[in-house]
Amino acid sequence: MLDDPRVVAGGQGLRGTLATYRTRWAQGDIGQLPVVIGLVVIWLVFYIASGGTFVSPFNLVNLALQMAAVGTIAVGVVFVLLLGEIDLTVGIVSGLCAGVMAVLNVKMGMPGPLAVVAAVVSGILIGLVQGLWITRFRIPSFVVTLAGLIGWQGALLYVLGSTGTINLRDPFITSLAGTFFTGWVAVGLGVLFVGYLVGLSYFLRRRRLAAGLGAEPMSALLIRSALIALFVAGGIFALDQDRGLPLSLVFLVGIILVMDHIAKRTRFGRMVFAVGGNREAARRAGIPVQRVRIAVFALASTLAAWGGVLAASRLLAVNQSAGSGDVLLNAIAAAVIGGTSLFGGRGTVWAALLGILVIQSISNGMDLLSLDSSVKFMITGAVLLVAVTIDAIARRGRELAGA
Amino acid sequence: MLGGGEYASPPPESREEHVAVAQRAPLLELRGISKRFGAVQALTDVRFDVRPGEVVALVGDNGAGKSTLIKIISGIFPPDSGTIVWEGHETVMHGPADAVALGISTVYQDLALADNLDVVANLFLGREVGSAGGVFGTLDEIAMERRSISVLRRLSVKIPSVRTAIAALSGGQRQAVAAARSVLWENKVVLLDEPTAALGVGQTHEVLELVRRLRDDGRGVVIISHNLEDVFAVADRITVLRLGRYVGTYDAKTVSREQLVSYMTGAMPGTAEVPLPPSAAGAVEAT
Repeated sequence: MLDDPRVVAGGQGLRGTLATYRTRWAQGDIGQLPVVIGLVVIWLVFYIASGGTFVSPFNLVNLALQMAAVGTIAVGVVFVLLLGEIDLTVGIVSGLCAGVMAVLNVKMGMPGPLAVVAAVVSGILIGLVQGLWITRFRIPSFVVTLAGLIGWQGALLYVLGSTGTINLRDPFITSLAGTFFTGWVAVGLGVLFVGYLVGLSYFLRRRRLAAGLGAEPMSALLIRSALIALFVAGGIFALDQDRGLPLSLVFLVGIILVMDHIAKRTRFGRMVFAVGGNREAARRAGIPVQRVRIAVFALASTLAAWGGVLAASRLLAVNQSAGSGDVLLNAIAAAVIGGTSLFGGRGTVWAALLGILVIQSISNGMDLLSLDSSVKFMITGAVLLVAVTIDAIARRGRELAGA
Repeated sequence: MLGGGEYASPPPESREEHVAVAQRAPLLELRGISKRFGAVQALTDVRFDVRPGEVVALVGDNGAGKSTLIKIISGIFPPDSGTIVWEGHETVMHGPADAVALGISTVYQDLALADNLDVVANLFLGREVGSAGGVFGTLDEIAMERRSISVLRRLSVKIPSVRTAIAALSGGQRQAVAAARSVLWENKVVLLDEPTAALGVGQTHEVLELVRRLRDDGRGVVIISHNLEDVFAVADRITVLRLGRYVGTYDAKTVSREQLVSYMTGAMPGTAEVPLPPSAAGAVEAT
């Protein structure tokens, strides 16, 4: 078996798949299993503690709405972490770009769609400037973005001027977080989503088998597909009982699908992983390391801007504290809890979704229980610490396995 | 500075006198290469060349400048002075990407693999197979995996799976993967930096076999090694550096192990290039 460099080392069928998973866990590649378990525990606890309110359709729609903005920002953070870098500005950039949108739309009368585009473009520019600064002057991203964190906060106050709070009434902007899909449209979106995921696995499996390579057994694929379908169907059914499937959640999932494709299946994604894993190896392989880094910082700021737009659309206002407070911390925590390594090179875009689900569930659940925010912060901190500790232990296991 | 002034100045440019010019023009030729790092003169007026279908070994004691020379050839940093000639045209490399684009592949002593990526991804790093569309082109994992498997089979590399992350491989396995990279890439010049340093007997044999296969394929192979046994086993010509200077280039068939060691250590001072008799068989070793 060992001298046969083929894909499935564990053997045939379901048993083989399980054996392969066991090997991977033993090597420290624990994937997202701990998060999923953690999430189930959190939901159970809040389900019981809230007397069922936590999983009521009304609350689930709220949860979905709360997730969308920071989840979008967390997707960008995942990419930055994959490089082994950090971006401390994603929170404040989301606020600043939302502020740009609000001022252009409300104070200067720019049409809603254009103002949104302007906000996103501002995000791109901010990211480019920071990325260029980090790579050009070889300053750690931590320091450059720390300066950015302070500086963009000032820029937000400047943009908002004396007004302080700007209320949004533009129908386009408010519709971003205020639109819900119900009935067959929601079902259709769910079917599309599941169909994409299952179809991807199915065609990959068929092509691998046709090429004479090992592939995951049909039974494993079916079980996985059934679980995904069940989860999505349950979710959409529950959301449909209330307002429906929020457009902003559809945006988030769409962004995740696109970014996951880029990360896993394109040259650019491969470059990001290579730079995060071994920058010198990447450089020697001819990968344009600096350009990749700049692109990722631009991407993170762009997604932050979009997240800021969604948040503003939900709150119907932009004020001086937009994007500050726990937005940054939650976005980074979501990426890390989802299993993205702070050491670079390991993680998935789905981590952002899982992580934000954990973070937002805790926050939402504790709000339901009307716990004090002191308790909220401490518990969120503890969850983050546990997640990072699991990553560190897994990392040590991997090093031992590699030795 | 042991015997700092012992060796002669670089040999005079008198090659044409000795040589019926090689049947094949050099793929890569370096002339008068010098490189300085702060207070350290790493290379002084070094020359080097490799022709298609030959193995040139680059030897020298520690600090002889081998690694610096390799890094210049692979575009990691530019020389302070001197010229690099690729297929008859003077060229300037601004980075590793330029060297890769020319067709120079380097297998480094420190491996230069990304630990977090699997074997397939590392073999194709920087040269992924995929659809058009530039950096957003979709990777063809199946094609890459099949080629990876076939090349690793050819090299008899034993790894659990080509989808194993490099982090989970042993030192020998990593070296084998690094060496296999240059086979996949259709490079005209392949540089191997201490390719057998971490390998067992069996895998050393396999890598040397691979070096011969590359040569028979018409590629120019440059191998750096401390292990003179390996050098004599595969090299056609041997270039010696000492303390950053060019000592000479010798025919592996005629130079003895003892001579080589004395050139490397400076015990045998100031050798110019040893003229080689034009090979009767029309081989390419002529210098």
